[in-house]
Amino acid sequence: MSIVFEKPHALTDAALHYCPGCTHGIIHRLVAEAIDDLKIEGKTVGVAPVGCAVMAYNYFACDMVEAAHGRAPAVATGLKRAMPDNIIFTYQGDGDLASIGMAETVHAATRNENITVIFVNNAIYGMTGGQMAPTSLPGQVTQTSPYGRDVNVCGYPIKICELLSNLDGPEYLERVAVNNVKNVKNAKRAIKKAFENQINKKGFSLIEVISSCPTNWGMTPDQALAWIDEKMIPYYPLGVYKDKSAQKDSEVKA
Amino acid sequence: MTDKVLMKGNEAIAEAAIQAGCRFYFGYPITPQTEIAAYMAKRMPKISGTFLQAESEIAAINMVYGVASAGKRVMTSSSSPGISLKSEGISYIAGCDLPALIVNVQRGGPGLGGIQPSQSDYFQATRGGGHGDYHVIALAPASVQEMADLTFKGFDLADIYRTPVMILADGTMGQMMEPVKMKDYTPPDINKDWAVTGTKMMREHNIINSLCLDPESLEISNFKRYEKYKTICEKEAMCEEYLTNDADIVIAAFGIAARVSKNAVNEARANGLKVGMIRPITLWPFPKDAFERAAEKAKAFISVELSMGQMIEDVSLAVRCRKPVYLCNRAGGMIPSPEQVLAKINEIANMSNSK
Repeated sequence: MSIVFEKPHALTDAALHYCPGCTHGIIHRLVAEAIDDLKIEGKTVGVAPVGCAVMAYNYFACDMVEAAHGRAPAVATGLKRAMPDNIIFTYQGDGDLASIGMAETVHAATRNENITVIFVNNAIYGMTGGQMAPTSLPGQVTQTSPYGRDVNVCGYPIKICELLSNLDGPEYLERVAVNNVKNVKNAKRAIKKAFENQINKKGFSLIEVISSCPTNWGMTPDQALAWIDEKMIPYYPLGVYKDKSAQKDSEVKA
Repeated sequence: MTDKVLMKGNEAIAEAAIQAGCRFYFGYPITPQTEIAAYMAKRMPKISGTFLQAESEIAAINMVYGVASAGKRVMTSSSSPGISLKSEGISYIAGCDLPALIVNVQRGGPGLGGIQPSQSDYFQATRGGGHGDYHVIALAPASVQEMADLTFKGFDLADIYRTPVMILADGTMGQMMEPVKMKDYTPPDINKDWAVTGTKMMREHNIINSLCLDPESLEISNFKRYEKYKTICEKEAMCEEYLTNDADIVIAAFGIAARVSKNAVNEARANGLKVGMIRPITLWPFPKDAFERAAEKAKAFISVELSMGQMIEDVSLAVRCRKPVYLCNRAGGMIPSPEQVLAKINEIANMSNSK
């Protein structure tokens, strides 16, 4: 009998600590598959965030660094400058990347730092028990927005891909989701491209992955996946927000 | 560079760092240390090094954390308010047992304070500065020559003990010019097999991490780190003793305060008073033994500081409160004059005579 499906080599045997129905597991797998496909595990260094994915350093089989909250792009900058031939990626949540680490995110992007950023947007602080995130939707009920996010008090959610797409620096920005098979396959393609861009020294690639948090959204896993279609994607449209190389190619053709 | 050349203290640090093999500098502009960044910005691109002006002091120290994780010599520099911003990152670097050099060219505080010289970050430098149980080795240069020498020394100590090292200078040390000679230097041969350079599919993955949710394990890692600190305290404390053998009054002073105090000591000696000075070169570990020895004979100590009195606590602890310790200080960017120190010496000499 031949093996038709197995755990990617770039994942360790450690049991994931994520809640049932959480899509972090899928995203970990997609990152690991990309690392396997491109045969870069031996030269890859990942940077884990503070948040639900803090222990990602136990799950990825490549060398790993755990960064202070929000500082992963700065840590990755240091790693990449020290080892330009290695492959450096960060794996960050919405609080980490879009709130406390916004300066590091914007500046790594504008420098077109040749790194790969996996941005997991589940519109909530999961690790600390479900507080309002910079990406929580208007009206979304969380522990710290118990009457729903009031945009007059807390402002509006931050759309990272749209925001960064205004910069001249970044090479590639795409938003994907992992709530159904079609979206997962598309996310896989995008994540792989983000690593290929780095291998080809193209620069800063960020993939925003719309993810679910059934525990803190107060839903079953099924309901949470449906909520992504109903609420998240309409606010955070999927697609490519910047692709400098494609832009250049089309300019050449024109 | 083996000839003596005239350099600014800040430039001496930068040049010494380059000669010590540091090829990565990250910083954010702040007076009075910006010459370090300016020097690095000029030199690093010429020697295939990295100079990067970070978006903040916070980002800079985390870039340092990244390079240190890769096992390469790396530094940042700042001045007091900027060091406060870096303190979280320094705690992480200590918690991950990573080597790095941090330079603090101090200015008056608290808050935004001023831009004139100060020594009021002594507590911050010698007690860790950030959260958690940790120390940095704190080196206090008192000349431009020492700005260079202690930079070499700092990188070595950082690598040997896998710890952040801080050069605690002040605005005077950074800005003044003196002749300096770079030493012939060979870096120690240090195995950095803990670094995250990629597994090359030849080993288990390395992890640089300070998170430890199991309190028993976290306790063990703290005790282990303090074993290392014990060795550092035993082996690395450094000071300069000046005329302490027969001294009745011993001055404690570092950096620019020691330069000023030496003049006062000489003047007092000329007047027939037996005065000496201990100048700590390492502020942490504090050179306790020298003070303990001096306390056998001395009747009193004077801590001369550009602060409201911070090192005075370590002096009192070192002499175990057996002898009185007096403070002679200026703050807010002011520097004591030799006359002020001499007046304090005379005051204390008269006090002990009248007893």
